[in-house]
Amino acid sequence: MMLDVRDLSVVFTDRGAPFAAVDGFSLQMDRGEVVGIVGESGSGKSMTAHALMGLIRRSQVSVAGRALFEGIDLLSLSREELRYYQGRELSIIFQEPMTSLNPTMRIGRQVEESLRIHEKGLSPAQRRARALDAMALAGLSDPEGLYRQYPHQLSGGMRQRVMIAAALVLRPRLLIADEPTTALDVTIQAQILDTLKDINRKEGVAILFISHDLGVVKALCGRVVVMKQGRIVESGPVDQVFYHPREEYTKLLLSSRPARKKLKGGQADG
Amino acid sequence: MRQKNWYLTIGTILTACMLAFTVLGLFWTPYAPSAMSAAARSAPPSPAHLFGCDAYGRDIFSRTLEGAGSTLTIALAVLAVGAACGLAVGALCGYYGGPADALIMRLCDAVAAFPSVLLALVVLALTGPGKYNVIGALGVLFIPSFARLVRGEYLKYRERDFVRSARLMGVGSLRIIFVHILPNIWPTLLSGLAIGFNNAVLAEASMSYLGIGVTPTEPSLGYMLKDAQGSLFTLPWCTAFPAAVVILLILGVGLVGEGIRERMGVAS
Amino acid sequence: MGKAVLKRLGLLLGTLLLVSALAFAAFSVIPGDPTGAVLGMEATDEQIAAFRAQQGLDLPVWQRYLSWLAAFLGGDFGQSYKYDMTVAQLVAPKVGATLTLAAIAFVLILLISLPLGLTAARRPGGLVDRAVTVLTQITMSVPNFVMGIGLMYLFALVLRWFQPEYIPPEQGLWPHLRFMAFPALAVALPKSAMTVKLLRGSILGELGQDYIRTAYSKGNSRGSALRRHVLRNAMIPVVTFLAMAIGDIMAGSIVVEQVFGVPGLGRVLISSINNRDYPVVQAIVVLLAAAVVGCNFLADLLYRAMDPRIERT
Repeated sequence: MMLDVRDLSVVFTDRGAPFAAVDGFSLQMDRGEVVGIVGESGSGKSMTAHALMGLIRRSQVSVAGRALFEGIDLLSLSREELRYYQGRELSIIFQEPMTSLNPTMRIGRQVEESLRIHEKGLSPAQRRARALDAMALAGLSDPEGLYRQYPHQLSGGMRQRVMIAAALVLRPRLLIADEPTTALDVTIQAQILDTLKDINRKEGVAILFISHDLGVVKALCGRVVVMKQGRIVESGPVDQVFYHPREEYTKLLLSSRPARKKLKGGQADG
Repeated sequence: MRQKNWYLTIGTILTACMLAFTVLGLFWTPYAPSAMSAAARSAPPSPAHLFGCDAYGRDIFSRTLEGAGSTLTIALAVLAVGAACGLAVGALCGYYGGPADALIMRLCDAVAAFPSVLLALVVLALTGPGKYNVIGALGVLFIPSFARLVRGEYLKYRERDFVRSARLMGVGSLRIIFVHILPNIWPTLLSGLAIGFNNAVLAEASMSYLGIGVTPTEPSLGYMLKDAQGSLFTLPWCTAFPAAVVILLILGVGLVGEGIRERMGVAS
Repeated sequence: MGKAVLKRLGLLLGTLLLVSALAFAAFSVIPGDPTGAVLGMEATDEQIAAFRAQQGLDLPVWQRYLSWLAAFLGGDFGQSYKYDMTVAQLVAPKVGATLTLAAIAFVLILLISLPLGLTAARRPGGLVDRAVTVLTQITMSVPNFVMGIGLMYLFALVLRWFQPEYIPPEQGLWPHLRFMAFPALAVALPKSAMTVKLLRGSILGELGQDYIRTAYSKGNSRGSALRRHVLRNAMIPVVTFLAMAIGDIMAGSIVVEQVFGVPGLGRVLISSINNRDYPVVQAIVVLLAAAVVGCNFLADLLYRAMDPRIERT
């Protein structure tokens, strides 16, 4: 088992009464698996992802439980120890490709930044080669041309692909995708999902895919966890949850999906 | 608002104290500011002369009161000229736009690029010194910064829904500008006024210190500081008290401006 | 980026032309004929005519402006009304002191505000941050000539670090610079306070941006995230501010020169204003304006280089 999260809770302590954003979250993932977390905004799904990535400032928030990654409890690591994993073993892409890239740094440098941090011995030419390779993997068609460009010169979908390339440059075992397609329009969304699927198949990178849209999750994931107000309300194989939801909340999530976002697996890359 | 707005609290208290002090100076001083007393020559601060006396035996407390009153009057007059004209120019430019707006703003940018103290010195070189010349020169030179500030706000508001609907209902442009939009920009204007006030105090004091501001017979904190500098090492109180008044006046109003910006949630 | 730079260059020249025209109008046209002031009441008609011909006062205004401008560009700033010297002879020896003062002040601003701003932003709300916030707020409120008087009192009288008497560079470069550091500090401190405040806010603003979260997720420490990502973005508004501050630094230098008795442009300017020696005032104003406009142009280039989002075409 690659990832074994037990009883994860994230409690905000900085303002008045303690507030549990995540409460008793547990999840097991094997290498190369694709798992979805679904829930409406405020359900704690993004908070879970950020807690696993070590992106929560521990001074304001108390994080409890265990998150064993290849047998190491990520939650018990010091910040310094955690940095060993960030970008090398675990990567994350975010909802807002517009703002998640540094506006004054060239694309190439942002893609190869993890190499600068984790593999210090590389020559610039080696870094560049690996960055271009990751950009091609992320489905960017002209990596050489993009290498020296800035984020504002790119479309939203291309920026998200740059984010994916930067996250994959060290071929992590686990990629956390925090609503990566929510800010994009539907056709681009489908293309990005296909790219993620390809990456999973070709490179064996496990993906933890977070979305408010059960349909999107169904197109990509084998298993799904449904969250509500910080707790897991339902989990299981995606087809079972999608076609035979047990919980009212899940049915509600399904029914609130706009029909136009219908996405089937195996859609052609356009 | 969970956190107390310390800027506004301290700033308001300080400004109120300084205002009380200066307004007092307009009506009453313990001694005649220019009366010399042989007995009190170079007297250090004491209960009789709170701020001490200068080499001629003039009471520094009285002189500071009078100077502060004069500085305050000049600063307010400069602000009145600059803000009133700036508001009119900025509102019209921002609301109507067009080539006239572009031209006026170019000009404002050019003027605002230069330090107002220097420009005012140049103007006074032509007009000669004097209180009213200082007010006129600084007042005119303050118009561009107010105009730019106000214009930006009007640009923001002129396409808002409430302005559109007022326009559709046939409300006149001038009424929209001054009755409908103006109340919305008060916070910005107030913080701009605070900055402008401080710049005016600063400019007047600097100019008088250089000897190219008000005439030497008119009271001024800047002149006092210039006069006192020769005896800085022997009679430091002649410098310390007027300097403290200038600093506290600027500090108080600056804090109020900061507090207003904080309350609006706008960075300076 | 060529086109945008050319456009700015055109704007720069246009502004300089406007400034020169205004200065010419202000000092050569509005005050009227200087003949009486220069020659006195008892001048004969021949003397007056000769003077007017020599000064070119009998020509139309635009011709006078063009010939004045041509002469100015050639380094001929005219003749002082008051002294039997050319303006260039009067002004040239004073430029160095003012430029030195302004340059030291600028360097001091950077040396003071960058570390302080970074330190304050490191732990927002912490002890250092609060101390810096209070200090900057107070320092900002001190007019620079008052700051100069205060520094004079502290360093010359209390600490005896320097004698309050100007040391010209001829007496040694190091003693000269050492003396100039004190007036420069008086100019620099209030501006540094503003810069610290701006930089702190700018850094904190950038630290809250999404791309910083991305940087952390790649394994950056707080320090490397600051160095690699925050600093450049946070410096963009600071560079703009510092460029705008150059004019204020010049003006501040001119005022503070009077506090420390530095024989720079300020002293010439003040005495020329008092003497109504208009050609001197005119030359100093145009030179200062050119310096300010030029610096703003350079800052604009720097700003463009720092922020790729600015249109380059």
